Amino acid sequence: MNDLKNLKTEEYFLSMGPQHPSTHGVLRLILKLDGEIVTGATPDIGYLHRGLEKIAENRAYIQIIPFTDRLDYLSSMSGNLAFVLTVEKLAGIAPPPRAEYIRVIMAELNRLASHLIWLGTFSLDLGAVTPFLYCFREREKILDLFEMITGSRLTYNYMRIGGVAADLSAQFIKDAAAFIQDFKFRVAEYEALLTQNPIFLARTKNVGIIKADKAIAYGLTGPMLRASGISRDNRRDFPYAIYDKLSFDIPAGTVGDCWDRYAVRVREMRESAKIVEQALSGLPEGNFKTKVPLSLKPPAGESYAPVESPRGEIGFYLVSNGTAKPYRLKIRTPSFCNLSIISHVIKGWKVADVVAILGTFDVVLGEIDR
Amino acid sequence: MIIGLIILLLKIAAVLVFISLTVLFLVYAERKVSAHFQVRYGPMRVGWHGGLQMIADTIKLLLKEDITPKDVDKLVFFIAPILCFVSAYLAYLTLPFSPQIVVKNLNIGLLYILGVTSLTVLSLMMAGWASNNKYALLGGFRSVAQIISYEIPLVLSVLPVVMMAGSLNLITIVEAQKSLPFILVQPLGFLLYLTAAAAEANRAPFDIPEAEQELVAGYNVEYSGIKFSMFFLAEYVNMFTICALAAILFLGGWQGPILPPVIWFLIKVYLLVFVLMWVRWTFPRLRIDQLMSFCWKILLPLALANFLISGLWLVLK
Repeated sequence: MNDLKNLKTEEYFLSMGPQHPSTHGVLRLILKLDGEIVTGATPDIGYLHRGLEKIAENRAYIQIIPFTDRLDYLSSMSGNLAFVLTVEKLAGIAPPPRAEYIRVIMAELNRLASHLIWLGTFSLDLGAVTPFLYCFREREKILDLFEMITGSRLTYNYMRIGGVAADLSAQFIKDAAAFIQDFKFRVAEYEALLTQNPIFLARTKNVGIIKADKAIAYGLTGPMLRASGISRDNRRDFPYAIYDKLSFDIPAGTVGDCWDRYAVRVREMRESAKIVEQALSGLPEGNFKTKVPLSLKPPAGESYAPVESPRGEIGFYLVSNGTAKPYRLKIRTPSFCNLSIISHVIKGWKVADVVAILGTFDVVLGEIDR
Repeated sequence: MIIGLIILLLKIAAVLVFISLTVLFLVYAERKVSAHFQVRYGPMRVGWHGGLQMIADTIKLLLKEDITPKDVDKLVFFIAPILCFVSAYLAYLTLPFSPQIVVKNLNIGLLYILGVTSLTVLSLMMAGWASNNKYALLGGFRSVAQIISYEIPLVLSVLPVVMMAGSLNLITIVEAQKSLPFILVQPLGFLLYLTAAAAEANRAPFDIPEAEQELVAGYNVEYSGIKFSMFFLAEYVNMFTICALAAILFLGGWQGPILPPVIWFLIKVYLLVFVLMWVRWTFPRLRIDQLMSFCWKILLPLALANFLISGLWLVLK
């Protein structure tokens, strides 16, 4: 027995990523482990840095839109929308009402697609493979809808300053309405597989708790903040486009554990479906774009118009000096702030929990590194 | 004597062929079953409904470059997959497919099978250690903890059957179930056995040693080519073994009306295999500490209680 006490054990480092199936992109976590228990974690980011903020300084405003696709590539519409709203605010352009409705429809469908990817990969992280394919089946239908209008399936480059790039066809409206009807049953299907599954509960309940005050201190936004019990959503608190005309709930959690983050996102999917339904039925006739000069020269000044992306607040802080190119573009991305709390949350949990906790963060490396 | 030796060698070769074919079929079945659970088709291109896919995959796997990383313990790294396969293979030497089809009818058959299959843990540990990779090492640790722990409820769940049949001989055990299969008197024992055996064979939701999403592939992460296929083969062979054992111990083995014994046996085994696949493609994975507490706090007491009650019942009967 005495010998055992004198036995020297050592902590060791485990480099998780950038090539690892569960870091969702090129994220590297430097884990300090004591056996299976994590005693420290440092995220190592930057593998996907492309210098988008600097590139933007040498591009006309309309040329920047495709770059915003490549920030949060799982919800390009949110990136598009945030940038376009910022420029419109700066230049004082008002898009026609039909464009506003189309923007909301697209952004919410994209939120569904993004949450579906998250739900699929999260269940995959926990070892449940089947929900992953169910989620991708529905996401496929959304991508088909996007392809019908924008021609693309991932980076849409769809929003324009003063409107959108193409009008919605009658076929799209019909198919989207049918999809939303079908989707409500599909959410119930995912929940049947996961929500009350004892193994799923054991893996997520009270795992990786983020207290409300910590969530605020680290600047979390989106579902991660709401899961900690703080009901804050740009769509309701600082409404843009037509969100003030729509009725929808902002789901919030109580504990801030992995299960709450899961439940908040699943309930958000139901709410997004409701929003799309309302926007589709209220879609006004009219123009989908106002005329805006190609070489737009907004007056000197600055603007910021945040948007609620599936991951939280995405915003572009834009400074113009009156020329055709922005003077400075600072991008505030949700995943970057959300990820910053990981070294605080993860201490004391097991290697398997690292995967579960990181899974509920729903990070997209494209917007972390930009 | 020489003729006896030749016959024995032929039998051993026949088992080897049977194992290879079984694994091919099991992998194909798993891919098809999982595909249909997941609203996909699975392999469709090679042969009728992808029937020849597994042969193509096997050839590919065998022709792959066999990489031995620079800093591994070469000898242990080399032996581990062989040991893994041999321990899985040895079980088939006493497994009775019908009263006639058995390589060697040992009178301690059950003990022998439980013994040789638990050799697997040694090979997983060796693989995890020799790979000189932290992920592999974690996988090795996990497999030792898991398999050794689950051995105990596994054996305890089987003991009532042995008491009722009064023998460790697998053929005698099957024949003792002539009137009614033991699953009807030992339903709890059957469930315990299947759970513990699934954990023993690293089947999901207990596939923690190779948890793909955490440890990438666990103990076999550094293996490639034919060495990897040894582990792969052993995994499916083990799955067949535990289902075959369950069929023998609880479902009355080859006994059944009309159809020939072997067919009955295979039907029962594949039914259980399907159940294991069903579970795998439905549930998430447990965490290692939850898995251990499940073993020690739930399975073990239940197995002990089952053992005790069965014993009392047999004495008082």
